[in-house]
Amino acid sequence: MTETTPAQAAAAPRKLRFHVLRHDPRDPGSVAHTEIFELEEAAGMTLFIALNEIREQLDPSLAFDFVCRAGICGSCGMVINGRPGLACRTLTQDLPADITLAPLPAFELIADLSVNTGKWMRGMSERLETWVHTVEQDPDLRRIEATMDPDLADRIYELDRCIECGCCVAACGTARMREDFVGAVGLNKIARFVLDPRDTRTDEDFYELVGNDDGVFGCMTLLGCHDVCPKSLPLQNQIAYLRRRMARMALG
Amino acid sequence: MKIIYTDVLVIGGGLAGLRVAIGAQRRGHDAIVLSLVPPKRSHSAAAQGGMQASLGNVVKGQGDNEDVHFEDTVKGSDWGADQKVVRMFVNTAPKAVRELAAWGVPWSRVRQGDREVIINGQKVTITERAEAHGLVAQRDFGGTKKWRTCYVSDGTGHAMLFAVGDQAIAQGVPVHERKEAVALIHDGSRCYGAVVRDLITGELTAYVAKATAIATGGAGRVYRVTTNAVICEGIGAALALETGVAALGNMEAVQFHPTGIFPAGILVTEGCRGDGGLLRDGAGHRFMPDYEPEKKELASRDVVSRRMEEHIRKGHAARSRFGEHLWLDIKLLGRRHIEHNLREVKEICHYFLGVDPAEQWIPVRPAQHYTMGGVRTTHTGESPTLRGLFAAGEAACWDMHGFNRLGGNSVAETVVAGMIVGEFIADFCESPAGDLDIPTALIREAVAAERARLDVLLHGGGAERADALKIEMQQIMTDKVGIFRTGADLEEAVTRLQGLLVRSRNIGLRHHADGPNPELVTAYRTQKMLKVALCIANGALTRTESRGAHFREDFPRRDDAAWLKRTLATWADPSATLPSLAYEPLDISAMELPPGWRGYGAKDYLDHPDTPRRVEELQRLRERLEGADRHRVQAEIMPYEHLLPERFRGLNERIDERLP
Repeated sequence: MTETTPAQAAAAPRKLRFHVLRHDPRDPGSVAHTEIFELEEAAGMTLFIALNEIREQLDPSLAFDFVCRAGICGSCGMVINGRPGLACRTLTQDLPADITLAPLPAFELIADLSVNTGKWMRGMSERLETWVHTVEQDPDLRRIEATMDPDLADRIYELDRCIECGCCVAACGTARMREDFVGAVGLNKIARFVLDPRDTRTDEDFYELVGNDDGVFGCMTLLGCHDVCPKSLPLQNQIAYLRRRMARMALG
Repeated sequence: MKIIYTDVLVIGGGLAGLRVAIGAQRRGHDAIVLSLVPPKRSHSAAAQGGMQASLGNVVKGQGDNEDVHFEDTVKGSDWGADQKVVRMFVNTAPKAVRELAAWGVPWSRVRQGDREVIINGQKVTITERAEAHGLVAQRDFGGTKKWRTCYVSDGTGHAMLFAVGDQAIAQGVPVHERKEAVALIHDGSRCYGAVVRDLITGELTAYVAKATAIATGGAGRVYRVTTNAVICEGIGAALALETGVAALGNMEAVQFHPTGIFPAGILVTEGCRGDGGLLRDGAGHRFMPDYEPEKKELASRDVVSRRMEEHIRKGHAARSRFGEHLWLDIKLLGRRHIEHNLREVKEICHYFLGVDPAEQWIPVRPAQHYTMGGVRTTHTGESPTLRGLFAAGEAACWDMHGFNRLGGNSVAETVVAGMIVGEFIADFCESPAGDLDIPTALIREAVAAERARLDVLLHGGGAERADALKIEMQQIMTDKVGIFRTGADLEEAVTRLQGLLVRSRNIGLRHHADGPNPELVTAYRTQKMLKVALCIANGALTRTESRGAHFREDFPRRDDAAWLKRTLATWADPSATLPSLAYEPLDISAMELPPGWRGYGAKDYLDHPDTPRRVEELQRLRERLEGADRHRVQAEIMPYEHLLPERFRGLNERIDERLP
């Protein structure tokens, strides 16, 4: 990422060429192909702005997903010049004039750049039970809340910042080979609940969830996940930590 | 024709919708949530700075309680709020924070001992109490007397949404993703569910339910410059409006947030100013104390946004190639604080501006941010005119925000309203009123009508382009129905929007597929958005006073005598080009806090004749009750606790207010 501001960037506008992978899997006549769209670059242009311009001016049928357009909701993960990332906060000024865009692999394709990460994430959450398991189902809400160490709260939030964008899964070698692999997103969540004292699950319980090849032992430590995570989560450390803890568990 | 039956249909998968569904399902009623997107991508996630709840754990929040939160909220609303609903809200907000704490939200916590903070531009050392160590912390926000905003760094909405979303999964609440309600099914007095379009296949399905809840968030995208996500298009409000029976309340009450980054309009949190950040002009001068000596940068949002625009008009803006703006200075908070408590702000500045806010000022300008208006409901969240239709959160006019919402009160409202309305929906389902007795012809006709509407768009060969109409609407709203409003501008806006609405009946498409067709979605949504925009513009034109965020340059004073009332917009005739407006008076004789000065902003307003009478009455009452406990005094003045669901009644414990 360069440190130029939009104001410094302008000069003579570049002609950008977007090579977009297109396919509608529900249309029997559709064949996956690359389509090229040309746009003039504007100052401060993001892929959010560019793709909307393409849709408005060049092809109203182009499918893609944006929600917050501010890098916080995780909707717009796609493969940008070969690398998974969030399109909304990618400035065209940081890319060459030829930009290839493809949908995230490993997820069900809806159409063009739109994939069904929601379905995948819900399935993962159900399998890994990604919620705080407590004994007390109905705490007395009138009473002062239980205390928590301020540093621990910060450490939990650090892992809680995951936005389920799916970039880590798209960048994962294991996920390409094992359909049910829970990905860095799933392992990070388990690490988060291991850390949380409000969750009463034991290492044995967590081992049941991720102590296998679809879980922490499936990771080949290629760590593409760590490199592409838009939130810079400490995935490498968390996976290593979880693996040690689960291995210890297995060895009794 | 496919029909899905359920007890409760919740339209919208953000915090309010999810919490409603969890509440109803916990009471034994099947709920289905419809969501345009995976629910964790909802705009609730964008709430950064925090949620207000009067826990009073931090030393600067000491002495805070429901009474103070109530006063701040009513003053913030410029007396437009329903004060009983505000009471229900402030009493439930601490319970909501505590529920979320039990559900795993990693609230930032109090650390005992000394810490350095920035207050009014100065470094100050404050000492947190030992007995507060490890409890949920609060930060300062605009328009509040105490530090009351509970937070998770500056990712509060995200952390809340993930905890609540995961609870919904834990309870097995089905979320039907990428499904869009396109019409409500109703017979003119009772709502029976919705006609729903699958955004992947294009298929229409009827969802039939005892209770239907709209929780679709705000309508920010009717404006060109907005902090809102692209899915915040006011469609839920439009669905209610198109019944011709349900009313929208106070749609002209639109909030502009002081610190949208310029020019993209992406939000940076009020927490920046709450934590000590300053607003500066083109010359680097801190200008807010010149206008608002009491609250400075931390007056309510409507006031700060107006002062900023006023200062720009006086020629004090900074200039970039994109136009005029002002600066937000958080450099003085220091890198450590920014990287710890304002990390989303740091990321946003980095990626969208190429700015490091620990080194450089942030270019900002007010941007549309929040829709105070929405589907008018009673305190139970139900439409008073369409039985079985409920609404919660930003989509509703419940009405706790009146004409201006305080920062930190929206994400709080989502969960609090979700808790309360979820219980009332369960009550409704258990009562005879909830019995479902629907002729299948009604369902068939509703689906057929929507099919016909879509077919006209897809194959009718209309000449108008949907995206062009939408962009023109957004430009009109930003230019003519913004922070400063005049009769002439508003008349022009209404006339032009009417023209667009007529043209939108002749939209044609270039792409004719019925499946994932973004052009079709823009087409049917633009038709709906134009109606919502007309409710806003026409409501603003008709309201000849200034109240909260609604500011008329030609009528700059608040006018309680003529305008202490809520606007109700309905749209009975589908071929009409304007909503019908009616007004619901607010009863001063029942108010706990009669109208007065807010403590910031303009000091002159026109009193209602009932105000002095009520003030005197309350004075006598307080004298009579002198020495009585504050809860007893409150209950004598404006009883409300009986309005709350039983489950959420009761006092809130604090360090300084222990429960037995």
